[in-house]
Amino acid sequence: MRRFLLIAVPYTWLLALFLAPFVIVFKISLSDIALAIPPYTPTLDLGAGWEGIKTFFSGLDFENFVWLTQDDLYWKAYLSSLKIAVISTAFTLMIGYPIAYGLARSPEEWRPTLMMLIILPFWTSFLIRVYSWMGILSQEGFLNQFLLWTGLINEPLIILNTSIAVYIGIVYTYLPFMILPIYATLDRLDESLIEAAEDLGCSRLSAFWLITVPLSKNGIAAGSFLVFIPALGEFVIPSLLGGSRTLMIGKVLWEEFFSNRDWPVAGAVAIVLLLILVIPIVLFQRNQQKQAEAEQ
Amino acid sequence: MSFKSLSLTAVLALGATVAQAEEVRVYNWSDYIDEELLAKFEEETGIDLIYDVFDSNEVLETKMLAGGSGYDVVVPSGTFLQRQISAGAFQKLDMSKLPNHKNVWDVVEKRTAQYDPDNAYSINYMWGTTGIGVNVGKVQERLGEDAPIDSWALVFDPANMEKLADCGVHFLDAPAEMIPAALKYIGENPDSQDPDVIAKAEAVYMAVRPYIQKFHSSEYINGLANGDICVAVGWSGDVLQARDRAAEADNGVEIAYHAPKEGAQMWFDQMAIPVDAPNPDAAHKFLNFILDAQNMAAASNYVYYANGNKASQEFLVEDVIGDPAIYPDAATLENLFTTRPYPAKVQRVVTRLWTKIKSGT
Repeated sequence: MRRFLLIAVPYTWLLALFLAPFVIVFKISLSDIALAIPPYTPTLDLGAGWEGIKTFFSGLDFENFVWLTQDDLYWKAYLSSLKIAVISTAFTLMIGYPIAYGLARSPEEWRPTLMMLIILPFWTSFLIRVYSWMGILSQEGFLNQFLLWTGLINEPLIILNTSIAVYIGIVYTYLPFMILPIYATLDRLDESLIEAAEDLGCSRLSAFWLITVPLSKNGIAAGSFLVFIPALGEFVIPSLLGGSRTLMIGKVLWEEFFSNRDWPVAGAVAIVLLLILVIPIVLFQRNQQKQAEAEQ
Repeated sequence: MSFKSLSLTAVLALGATVAQAEEVRVYNWSDYIDEELLAKFEEETGIDLIYDVFDSNEVLETKMLAGGSGYDVVVPSGTFLQRQISAGAFQKLDMSKLPNHKNVWDVVEKRTAQYDPDNAYSINYMWGTTGIGVNVGKVQERLGEDAPIDSWALVFDPANMEKLADCGVHFLDAPAEMIPAALKYIGENPDSQDPDVIAKAEAVYMAVRPYIQKFHSSEYINGLANGDICVAVGWSGDVLQARDRAAEADNGVEIAYHAPKEGAQMWFDQMAIPVDAPNPDAAHKFLNFILDAQNMAAASNYVYYANGNKASQEFLVEDVIGDPAIYPDAATLENLFTTRPYPAKVQRVVTRLWTKIKSGT
């Protein structure tokens, strides 16, 4: 009985926060657009009894998913989001790994302070931080002022409202999510392994590639997923920092929902996005499981 | 349950509502009211006013169609209002609670009736035109003294746009107004709902697309005022607010607004009460407060938009009532056009076209 209760907790969580919303969105994706409140049909009329349930189910179909394949907008937006998510994850890793490494190698007594500094930005609202990037990157912004002052450039660079600004925004926002899991694995790394490698004739650099990196790959995987998954569906950063040319699925979803008032198609876009995300999530899970087994 | 305990519950429930201060929740466009009016309303009525803002009709409409928005007064524009009325999103106004309704201006009411027959569901808050705001100095520097700042050619002729691109051109992110403008420029019917005619707007935009810096519906106010951008297709009052802010900042930026001579779109922002408003009574009080001649004049004097209130005109400052960019003369008024809402199928065509224009895909 106790065991059952223990398992029940995570499953209730999953049911209430994932499965139930999923079923609702999936149902909407099978509906048709209507000018009403809510703006789709059919809606379940339990008052009509069995007949009501029958008409409800006969009104559902997959036509909206077929529609997604007919317009190239959707797969282009999915691809472009994937590209942006992959590239920004790579950059976050390149910047985050050295920081995590430095953190793990820093003197013990500094670490709480350094860790604090990494978490500190979260104390400010995410939206305000993204807005301040608009102030930094705009043509009259701090970055351009500084570069003009140093004489590196003669004309202000146009960064805001381009994809570059989106990459900067995503890397900045999600960097702590990359640093923390990598730091966690590096922190546990047995130093004597590196000493042993060096004793056996490894240079410092090759010891890093042969010992440190492979042993921290779980942290790298965890950090990458934590960045990649939210970046793929990102809406706020591209809409504030990106230009009109930055095509991302989050924006397409917004437009289906708000401009077209087409909740059913918006639902279908969301379901497909979820399916795309499930693949890396499953890979991540399996990776975690393997790790757990290896440790046993 | 006995009768006694029933009535006791009723009394308790009543007591609870009385103890809680009365509230009215208003959802209006951003930068669209003199905030002193909000304080004045609270003072006069004793009702707590919760005032939220939005900057696109789409956001408001989605809240309305989802239902249960919790707002008592909302402010959709004409075409959006019409669609939301047919979706059953609003309740009819109770004219007996709006004694100030006698102040409305028949000229405006006649036009808003095409969206809201008999004006049964809404009152006009403000109206204006969609036109072009320019930083006069920077535009003349690039296009010469006789730059066509009063013509759609300024923003739709690639030859002009090429020279303006480096100082920043913003367009409204509002397809329901931008597509008609492009159609007007090429001599088509701006109110067309024929997908083949609408498609002609694409070529107009693609020719100037490389020179457009951003599609956004509110950033241009600050952009123009600070001198960050030099041309914006925008809403009349917003551009005039930018003009005013620039003048106040005394930063050497001179902003001008024109409703293009080829014809510009006239739009109406209408106050309405959602069908599920928690406090329709207070909502009527708010509408009646807005319909008051002096209050309405204060709002217009502050935001530089014309209103639909005839009686307020004597309280308007010369800067507002005397400015043809706000209260156009009869000839210009004749030249303004209105549009109808797109049906769902056509809306999809318009949104898709707009995405294509904005993203190049």
